[in-house]
Amino acid sequence: MSYVGRSAAEREAMLASIGVARFEDLLIDVPRALRVDGPLDVPAAASELELRAEVGAIAAKNDAARDVPSFLGGGLYDHYIPSALPRVALRSEFMTAYTPYQPEVAQGTLQVIFEFQSMIAELTGLDVANASLYDGASAVVEAAYLARAQTGRDGIVVAGALHPHYEQALGTFHGAEHVTHVAHDPATGIVTPAALTAAIGPTTACVMLQYPNFFGAIEDLKALIDTAHAAGALAVVAADPIALALLTPPGTLGADLCVGEAQSLGAPISFGGPVCGFFAGKKEFVRRFPGRIVGQTVDGQGSRGFVLTLQTREQHIRREKATSNICTNQGLIALMNTIYLSLLGKQGLIDVATLCFQKTHYAAQRAKVVAGVEVAFASSYLREVALKLPLPAAQAIKKGRELGVLLGVDGAAFGKDSANLLLVAATEKRTKAEIDQWAAALAQAVKGGAR
Amino acid sequence: MTPETASPSVQSGASQARAAAVAPVVPPPGALAGLPPASAPVLPPTPPGIVEPLLSELSVSGHRGVRLPACDVPETKLEAALPAWAIRATPAALPEMSEPEVIRHFTRLSTLNHHLDKGIYPLGSCTMKHNPKINDELAFLPGMAGAHPFAPAESVQGALEIISRLEGLLAAITGFDAVTLMPAAGAQGEFTGMLLVRAYFAAKGETHRTKVLVPDSAHGTNPASVHAVGWSVVELKSKDGRLDLEALKQALGPDVAAVMVTQPSTLGMFEPQIQEAADLIHAAGAQLYLDGANFNALVGLVKPGKVFDLMHLNLHKTFSTPHGGGGPGAGPVAVKAHLEPFLPGPRVKAGAGGAYELEPARATSVGRVHSFLGNFGVLVRAYAYIRSLGPEGLAEISHEAILNANYLMRKLAGAYDLPFDRPCMHEFVLSGRNLRKYGVRTTDVAKRLLDFGVHAPTVYFPLIVEEAIMIEPTETETLRTLDLFASVMLRIAEEAKTEPAIVTGAPWTTPVSRLDEGRAARELKLTWKAS
Repeated sequence: MSYVGRSAAEREAMLASIGVARFEDLLIDVPRALRVDGPLDVPAAASELELRAEVGAIAAKNDAARDVPSFLGGGLYDHYIPSALPRVALRSEFMTAYTPYQPEVAQGTLQVIFEFQSMIAELTGLDVANASLYDGASAVVEAAYLARAQTGRDGIVVAGALHPHYEQALGTFHGAEHVTHVAHDPATGIVTPAALTAAIGPTTACVMLQYPNFFGAIEDLKALIDTAHAAGALAVVAADPIALALLTPPGTLGADLCVGEAQSLGAPISFGGPVCGFFAGKKEFVRRFPGRIVGQTVDGQGSRGFVLTLQTREQHIRREKATSNICTNQGLIALMNTIYLSLLGKQGLIDVATLCFQKTHYAAQRAKVVAGVEVAFASSYLREVALKLPLPAAQAIKKGRELGVLLGVDGAAFGKDSANLLLVAATEKRTKAEIDQWAAALAQAVKGGAR
Repeated sequence: MTPETASPSVQSGASQARAAAVAPVVPPPGALAGLPPASAPVLPPTPPGIVEPLLSELSVSGHRGVRLPACDVPETKLEAALPAWAIRATPAALPEMSEPEVIRHFTRLSTLNHHLDKGIYPLGSCTMKHNPKINDELAFLPGMAGAHPFAPAESVQGALEIISRLEGLLAAITGFDAVTLMPAAGAQGEFTGMLLVRAYFAAKGETHRTKVLVPDSAHGTNPASVHAVGWSVVELKSKDGRLDLEALKQALGPDVAAVMVTQPSTLGMFEPQIQEAADLIHAAGAQLYLDGANFNALVGLVKPGKVFDLMHLNLHKTFSTPHGGGGPGAGPVAVKAHLEPFLPGPRVKAGAGGAYELEPARATSVGRVHSFLGNFGVLVRAYAYIRSLGPEGLAEISHEAILNANYLMRKLAGAYDLPFDRPCMHEFVLSGRNLRKYGVRTTDVAKRLLDFGVHAPTVYFPLIVEEAIMIEPTETETLRTLDLFASVMLRIAEEAKTEPAIVTGAPWTTPVSRLDEGRAARELKLTWKAS
């Protein structure tokens, strides 16, 4: 294949117009010793028809190509994506535009981002939001940068069951020496204010909380936020935006920043990317925000318009003094989130969250009657629940897959101590029949494993 | 509806004023012959001064969009399952709209955008090349789009295979030994690259190396990424737009960890002494990093692995994945063997029996930089792109991109200043300083371009060229499009002399006229909520 439209005659004419005899003459600065000798060592070109067959065959090796009921969550959830969403989101006008550097011909993209910011602020109960970050991990990492700059302190305290990958990313970006982990209470799966108090002090820049946490449990959020504030630290909450349809928003409970993963709002799971990090906070922090922010203004005739604003925070102006190095982010996924929130709307998002709540609680009821299986923690949960199995979850998951069900997330992702935990999320897509099938597979997997 | 809201906005007060402003300067019919028609979006009836209402303005209490199935399981009471404080008291004020209202809103908004499928988008350093449609379709195959990264490896063999294969292809194309696909964008790739260098020196006990040399022509992300790993930046002054070996020698020392070079540079010129620079840098014990934003100039022509220690790639530039209105991108990092032990983890490995598995991050790894394994959907597209082009198609990228850039540069030199007058690579930088005497600045040229249905180039970058206009046509623009673009650019240079007001008042035909960016920053309004 080639996407170049060029005839030999045109090439000759262009070289003549440039004033050189041959293409080689344009490469005078490229030393011969550095040039590639012969064709690249990659397979011969595939036509569109062949490509479709080749990649289609690779895709078919994933269970997702078949209707295998999935109870996987862990930050990424299998929600229904309305047909209208991709129809609009994947229009060339959105897909093939870039960062709105010329706002007069990018009002579509800019207004969408403004609407995204508005709805994220509304869901999180905070004043302002940015245009998106790469993913949940980058949102958590950037929140910690903001907290460190704001407080002049370096310590990051992770309260209990923060998504383990977010905690790993904190270590990568901030240095493991700056990250302190407060263990969750083994009985409840959440962190007690006393345990948090013991871990924070005058060097703590922020406390990282998750709502609901990685185990699906609901932390005593207000108490933990107050504990953070009492030590002069910022309270950062990583939240699930679907859950926020039903839960008191972190901003209302006093959180300084609310960040997280927005994939569940209408974006495909796509093996973990592209997904979308969201970032909201109190307005006094906005000048320290990372990434792009869109603001409302007017044009020369007084018409309303939207532009990228507060750009003096950003790398292309401030270079090494920028608040973040982020440039390109996740515009298309933020668009999908915006369309999703519009299509579902005020009541629809509550309905989705409520169905997730009901189905996950039904699954837990079914699990409780399986011998050897119990709900792991004595805490409230909303749309994901941790089960304790009598065998390593990895074994049960393997068996479950043979029985045609993806049972859930292996708790070992959180650490060796959690290897017997199975995290289960039943979204609105799971029917009663599928949940019953899941419960039967779980029972068989547990029995088989115990043998 | 009131008569006012029913009237089309083209007849609104604000627009009438604009029409009047346009009238004396609009060129006579025929003067635009051969040029694309000015964009004339179809606007819905809206109040004056509003191009498209906000969702919050379209929302009507009681309207519903997508409905969900009834609950088919025995129900639990929310109040019984959650503590009272945790239950949201007031529903989030999200829009209430029917599906057609939502579709029309976003469709109308989309028509306000310039985009690559409509016309040339010659943003320098952004490589706005054609985005093949088959690649999008493959990324959205249910097997790809539905794969979950927490699923057991046997459930996602296809996803792991794509990652493994693409790593191999990118290594072959760049001449490096190993590749990580985890970074989500170029800036995250740069940061990852700096972390790799830091870990490498830490393992060697050379923790005193804390400085990174960055040329003054570099992208802003370079110094920002260096700062993010806690190192300091030393700016290298360029000489005649090039790396200055003398300045490099002076700056190198035992405290220098790395030198970040963009090749070709942001001026669009290949650094001819890169091998000599590399020898100096390596003799000083430092690492040589390549900012691969401009790799489109080098595909099939130069394998950077021959000279550099590591580089990042921008798959949304060189490898044609759509830019999505500002992402997602992907910023893989390619390294020589000595840096491989430090790559982010987990990594995909072919295990026993040919099955793929995820190998947890090694003890030497810098750790995790993404929630999962990177922007997989972008990786599928890049894989498909490379497979569809093959060796000949890949070599054609740099060849035709260089030809296009040189052709345009020669057409425009004279009408605009050309600060560095020698053959360019895939892009070139003009200066609008010669128009200043007419009261016209580069930003005016950029805005006037929009009237002709073309996007403006990158402007005011690189910082070392005053009134910079950075043009990257890419290989997928045809001769006809290049000629159209050139004719518009030449026309604007002429207008600057003869009728500068038509340029300084532009744009005239866009959905909104020039926007007040100062006011946006002064009177911050970042959400639709009344503040």
